[in-house]
Amino acid sequence: MKNKNLVSISDFTKEEQLRILDLAEKFEKQPRQKILDGYVVATLFFEPSTRTRLSFESASSRLGAKVIGFSDASSSSVIKGETLKDTILMVGGYADVIVMRHPREGAARFAAEVSKVPIINAGDGANQHPTQCLLDLYSIRKTQGTLDNLSVAFVGDLKYGRTVHSLTMALSQYNTTFHLVSPESLKLPGSVKRHIKDHNLEYYQYTDLNDVIPKVDILYMTRVQRERFSDPMEYEKVKDSCILSKSIMTNCKPNMKVLHPLPRVNEINEDVDTTPQAYYFQQAQNGVYVRQAILASILGVI
Amino acid sequence: MEKISRELKVSAIENGTVIDHIPSNRVFQVIRLLDLYDSNEQIFVGVNLESEKLKDGKGIVKVSNRYFADWEIDKISLVAPTATLIEIKDFCIVEKRKVAIPDKIQGIVKCFNPNCITNHQPITTCFNVVDKDDLKLQCHYCEKITAKENIVFL
Ligand SMILES: [Zn+2]
Repeated sequence: MKNKNLVSISDFTKEEQLRILDLAEKFEKQPRQKILDGYVVATLFFEPSTRTRLSFESASSRLGAKVIGFSDASSSSVIKGETLKDTILMVGGYADVIVMRHPREGAARFAAEVSKVPIINAGDGANQHPTQCLLDLYSIRKTQGTLDNLSVAFVGDLKYGRTVHSLTMALSQYNTTFHLVSPESLKLPGSVKRHIKDHNLEYYQYTDLNDVIPKVDILYMTRVQRERFSDPMEYEKVKDSCILSKSIMTNCKPNMKVLHPLPRVNEINEDVDTTPQAYYFQQAQNGVYVRQAILASILGVI
Repeated sequence: MEKISRELKVSAIENGTVIDHIPSNRVFQVIRLLDLYDSNEQIFVGVNLESEKLKDGKGIVKVSNRYFADWEIDKISLVAPTATLIEIKDFCIVEKRKVAIPDKIQGIVKCFNPNCITNHQPITTCFNVVDKDDLKLQCHYCEKITAKENIVFL
């Protein structure tokens, strides 16, 4: 995987994805390994995303790499008026790998074409966020002991949620059964459903979260944003149908875990946090190990 | 080499290109896509001509002393997939082929996604043709689909 770009999850084969997960396990056991001593990691955040940036910076620091970059394009005078191409070419002279987040879709793919150092996409608009996808896979495998033959529910905004789209595609490699819970107007897009069918897998659609809880191994929650509804009344009507609380979890499978890409708003009640099913904070922590594995692999030190 | 048939000879050209079997309502689009408005060469244009292949009539464009590169012909295939291309040298047909929709389209078309990086930076657009029958172009950058009805030429 040395010098490979990670722009879309499909840039890595199933074997490469699994290799990242295996490596991440080693970093979880021993997070402090100075194998990137002397390396420079650039984190270019053309739009702010504190959580993702801190995760990458933590991963880099634990491997002994130095981090340079910016957290917000507006605060960076270097970027003003400069083309993305010029920024990437310049930073490529300063760093060994570029982690970038950009509000425009396709920005990371373009950067990968012009850059002489590898590009890791930390989110390009509503398009791709492959490191999130890999940390989700890691969290699922870790909690269930396998990725094969699981029942996974996605809950919330399934229409616009890129996390859900990428993870659905990735899980289709593992004989997953999909349970899709969303308001009528925020169902999973046809193209993603077709992808599931193309893999000869099944999906079931629901509008009420209660219906899936006894059936699934993973309950993957996402936000339902008010701005997605043209009619505010419609939002008021449906918003509670995708909210998880401790009281509705009584009949869940003992191995069920609740995941969420964070930040949450109100879709997971705080009383869930102390249940054995809550896994979302551990999931975020797993992101550091997975990003350590990605950095080490792409820089070819492992 | 095949001699040009009688009916073509009416406005036969000595050297150049004939684009035949253009759907009549696409002829002017073809002329625009090939940038022929500013040409100083002799150009014959026909529309609503009888055709066995095209029920609603065909259009034809004959351009003297011009031969087109593949990337120019690609453009035609998007608006006139039925078009045939005939290259003529010394009144003889030296090449005759159908235009084909290519697997990949570079430049020419604008990405329909307003948030695509190609609509905000000086980047040549690039698409993979994912459906040739019901034309669908997938942006190489943002991965979104631009469908036939949304195609805008650059
Ligand atoms: Zn695009």
